[in-house]
Order: sequence, then structure tokens, then C-alpha cells
Amino acid sequence: MTVRNPSSVTRPRSDTERILDQSFLWLTRLLAYAIAAVLLAIAFQVLVQSLPAIQRFGVGFIFSQDWDPVKESYGALPMIYGTLVSALIALLLAVPIGVGIAVFLSENFLPLQVRTVLVFLVELLAAIPSVVYGLWGIFVLIPILRGFGVWLFENFGWFPLFSTQPSGPGMLPAGVILTIMILPIITAISRDSLASLPPELRQASIGLGATRWETIIRVLIPAAFSGIVGAVMLALGRAMGETMAVTMLIGNANTVNVSLLAPGNTIASLLANQFAEASGLQVAALMYAGLILFVLTFIVNIFAELVILKVKKF
Amino acid sequence: MNLTLSGLATPLAVATLTFGLVSCGGGSPTPTADAPPGTAPIVEGKVSLTGAGASFPAPLYQRWFSDFNKKNPNVTISYQSVGSGAGVEQFTKGTVDFGASDVAMKDDEIAKVERGVLMLPMTAGAIVLTYNLPEVKTPIKLSRQTYTDIFLGKITQWNDPKIAADNQDLTLPDKKIQVVHRSDGSGTTGIFTKHLSAISPEWKQKVGDGKTVSWPTGVGGKGNEGVTAQVQQLDGAIGYVEFGYASQNGLQMAALQNKEGTFVEPTADSFKATLSAIELPANMRAFESDPAGKDSYPIVSYTWLLAYKQYDDPNKLKALQAAIDYGLTEGQQVSAELGYVPLPESVVAKVEAAKAEMVAKK
Repeated sequence: MTVRNPSSVTRPRSDTERILDQSFLWLTRLLAYAIAAVLLAIAFQVLVQSLPAIQRFGVGFIFSQDWDPVKESYGALPMIYGTLVSALIALLLAVPIGVGIAVFLSENFLPLQVRTVLVFLVELLAAIPSVVYGLWGIFVLIPILRGFGVWLFENFGWFPLFSTQPSGPGMLPAGVILTIMILPIITAISRDSLASLPPELRQASIGLGATRWETIIRVLIPAAFSGIVGAVMLALGRAMGETMAVTMLIGNANTVNVSLLAPGNTIASLLANQFAEASGLQVAALMYAGLILFVLTFIVNIFAELVILKVKKF
Repeated sequence: MNLTLSGLATPLAVATLTFGLVSCGGGSPTPTADAPPGTAPIVEGKVSLTGAGASFPAPLYQRWFSDFNKKNPNVTISYQSVGSGAGVEQFTKGTVDFGASDVAMKDDEIAKVERGVLMLPMTAGAIVLTYNLPEVKTPIKLSRQTYTDIFLGKITQWNDPKIAADNQDLTLPDKKIQVVHRSDGSGTTGIFTKHLSAISPEWKQKVGDGKTVSWPTGVGGKGNEGVTAQVQQLDGAIGYVEFGYASQNGLQMAALQNKEGTFVEPTADSFKATLSAIELPANMRAFESDPAGKDSYPIVSYTWLLAYKQYDDPNKLKALQAAIDYGLTEGQQVSAELGYVPLPESVVAKVEAAKAEMVAKK
């Protein structure tokens, strides 16, 4: 075994090469730090601006239901509640649908060409601007859901979740529009993680005599679980931060109402609505609400990491 | 196919452009007060002015300034609709050449501006109550007590006896009243809640007035367009929007009871009656939340352009004065077109006179 061109193997790297390597390393390092620095700078800025409100209202801000710029009394409970509930509705609806689509598209039920088109179409949902979703929601979704809401109220009005007469905009339409908006995230990432599973898994499962049904439920989904959880958490983050479409559909009423048919509000929507004309303490209160949203998404992300660490098997 | 199309389009575009240029340069069409036809431009060289403030008059101001620019190509005026609050703030800091606000500046705010402040009412706007009741053909009449109670959430049905009492000739449907308000901070909400506070002690005590208030009932829409969309969508909805917006969208508008007790429909004439009933003081800061006069529509408000009394650059001064002049003369016709309320002649004269207080720094 002879080396055809020994000089190219043993020759030390030239100075230029080394400088290039080093500077590339530093460049990428710098960029990585810069993105962290931007995040910290934003968090710091939001914190500083919200200080007057934090000093004035303290922790009580989180539990107070008042949002009254006239009397300068602020509390974010209705918005925190709305943020969590609307995101929860979206997850409840989007996870089964999204994972279902992902399973269907990663199996060979349909010819590959048809699947490719379907995957593309689902991903295209993510490219629709949120204001278009909002408009579609006002003119198409709300009229449809209103009939459904009236039916729910008339027949199940005794149940707290449907205890108010639907007013059009409200928590339910907002939750449904969020469902559609986060569907592509859940579908795309779940499908990718299902598709990237080693083929031996499926072959072994079938070889052991499992049906396709058993293979999907007992082997493939558990194996891809960390990817699916990642997808769900990413989707949750998106749902909690979505602004425009929610503002247009949620009804922007700063009250806590258990009924899904009643209007509510979210933190992101509150900020979008009031920031432009706010002044003084109101700005600080809005910043404080923004800080809470920051913390909420932070918790969601840490939680997602923990779940993924725990279930990661492959 | 595409190629042939664009091949056709280019000469066309060039032709249009040339035509546009010719018609611009050809004859300075209608003169402004300062510049008789055929004379030199109002200022030497290029001048650009920036202003910021209220969003309510923004469509009108932008139209004025773009028309003004066509007549005086060397003067460009840009107006950013950032909101009254931010407008006053930027004006106080001196980062703009003029400001605009739906709410007149207070004395302590004026004291902060070293260069002095001139508040010039440029136009006025009315706020109407629009509703969605397809079965009611003629404008519904709402008394002062009724519409306050609707927005307080105390009257919840359209066939409530209190509403029916003023509308004997109408059969009112048994529908829930769905209140729609603005969800974003706005001067429109400010003017509307100020009016409600003026006519109802209960409103004043429970809710108060401001650009954002804590609404006792209803759903919120973002901007005039958001409120309009929701009122159009919800059967039995009622909301408040600017008159221009309501008339352009062909919305139903309620006749409101004024101070004298008569029900007045929102029309250009009733707005004019209101403005002539408001006596404008020397500082031009008139805000009448509950105007007198038999024919006055109750919710009409001036909107102000904020100018400094002293300008460092004489060219900017001249340009701004000419633009204000334009707004007061030809601009007033545009304002009616866009759904604003033209100023009464007496007010125009007062603003014209006040404009002279703007001087270049010696």
C-alpha cells in the first residue's frame, strides 16, 4: 500500500490556511454568541421598561383582573388565562390531527407523488400571512362557528364551557384558527421524525408478527416521540405568541370567562392593541405583560427540553 | 406571452409618465393664497417637512400633503400617523416640524415647549353609532340615557321598552345587543368616552374617559375597520366609528338625542350646526363634549395641527404656512369628500389669523 502523493498528506498546513480556519471558527463563534446576546438584550430591555409597573403592582399583577388605564390600575390575569386557554384549545385539536396526518404521510398508503403534493400543501399553510388567517376567520370561520356555538349553548348551556350566548368573536374561534396555524409545524416535524426512523425498526416489528396497526402505535410513534414532543412544544410557542389573527378573532375583552363562547384576550393581542397609544405607566404595565409572556414561553421551552431528554431512546 | 405583454407595457408606461410630467409642469393650476399663477415657487430650493400624530385625520392630511406636493413639487411633507399621544411627545421633543392631535394639549404640556405652541384646528370629525339590524329600515333613535345604558351593559335587548319608547314607529326585533368597541387605544374612543362622561355621571364614575378604557361589556375590534367588520358580521351589533368610515361603508347610523332633547341624524348639516354652536376661544382650544343647539349632532370634535411659534429655518416656516393655507382653502372641500366636517368660515378666518403668529427665529 503506497501513498500516491505523500507530500499532500504530510505537508503542514500553510499559515494562510490556518488563519482562514481560525477566523472562520471565530466568525461562527461570534455569530452564535451574538444571537444569545440579542435575546439577553431584549429580555433586559423589557425588564427595565417594566420596572415601574413591577414596583407598583408586584406579583399581584398576575392575579388582578383589572385593566383600567383611566384609573391606572393594571392586572394581567385575563390575558394570561386567555393566552394559555387559546393555546391549549389549539393543541388539543392540532396534536391528534397533526400527528395523524404525519403518520398517514409517512406510511405508504398513497403513491409517493400524491404524498409529496399533500406534504407540500400542508407546509404551504405555514406560508399564509396571519392577517389573512384573521380575515378568513372573521368572514368565514366565525359565521360557521356561530351556528355551532348557538347549538352548543342551547343544548349544553348548563356546562360551564358553553354557558354564554356566543357573540361571534371569542375564545373558540381564536383557538380554532390557532389550530390551523400550528398544524403545519406539528405535521412537518412529526413526519420528518417518523420518516427518519431506521427501516429496520419497521421490518423487525413486522417480522415479529405485529400488524401494521401495532407497528405504528407501539413501535413507530414511541420511537419518534421525542421529535413529536419537540414539534408540539414548538407549536405551543407559536400559539402563545401569535398576535394578528388572534386579535381579530378573540374579541379583546379583558375578562376571565370560563365559557369558550365568550370573548377573551391574550397577552400578545393586548400588546398589539394598546402599545401604539399607550403612555406612562400603561407602557410599563404592557412591558410587564410582555415579560410574563417571555417567562411563559421560556418555561414551555425548558419543559420541552426536559420531556425530550426523558423520552429520548433512539 | 409574458414577453409580449411587458413589451407593450413599457412604451405605455413611458407615455403615461411623460404625460404626467407635462401636466405637472405645464401650468401651475389653481393658485394658493400666497402664490398667484405663474409666479415663482413659494420657497427657494427643496424643503421637506415631517409631521407626526393623530391617526384620525391621517387620511385627510396625507391627501392634502400629496395634493400640495403636486402643486409645489419642491415641498414634500410627510405625515406619520403614530397616534395623538406619540405625536404630542415627538412635537414636544422637537423631532418633527409639526404635530397633530385629537386631544388639545394641556397647559403644562404647552409650557414644556420652548419654541411656543400654536394649536390650529384643521378639520373636525364626528363619531356615529352604527348598528346591524337588517329589519329596521329607518335610522333608529337613541336617547342619551339609552345609548349610555347600552354601552354600560344595562340594556341588553333591542326590544327593551326604553328603546321602544323613542321608536314607536319601528318594530324592534327580539335580539341581543352586541356591543362592539375599539380594542386599540385611539382618539376616537377618547372623544366618545369623553362625551359619555359628560352626559352620564354614572359612566364618569364607573368607566371614565380615555383612549383605552375598561369596557363594562362587549367585544373589541382593532381600528375602525375592525369594529366595522364585526358590526357587519354580528346580527344585533352596535359600535362606534368615525362618520367617514361609516358612510363609505354604507353602514346604518343611529339618530342621537342632543342636549336640547331633539334626535339628530349624523349628516354634514348637523355637524356644521354643532361646530357653529361651539364658541372657539382665542387659544382655539375648544372641546365641547356636549354641545348646545337644537340641530347639533352631539359627538363632533375638532382635530388640531400643532405648530411651533418659532422656526429656525425660514423656508420651512413658509412651506408649512402655505400648506396650512392650502388645507384651509381647497383642502376643506376634500375634507367633506373624505367624510370629515369642513370648518365653519369663522373658524377658518381665526386659524388664518393665528397662522401669522408663526415666525422665523431672529
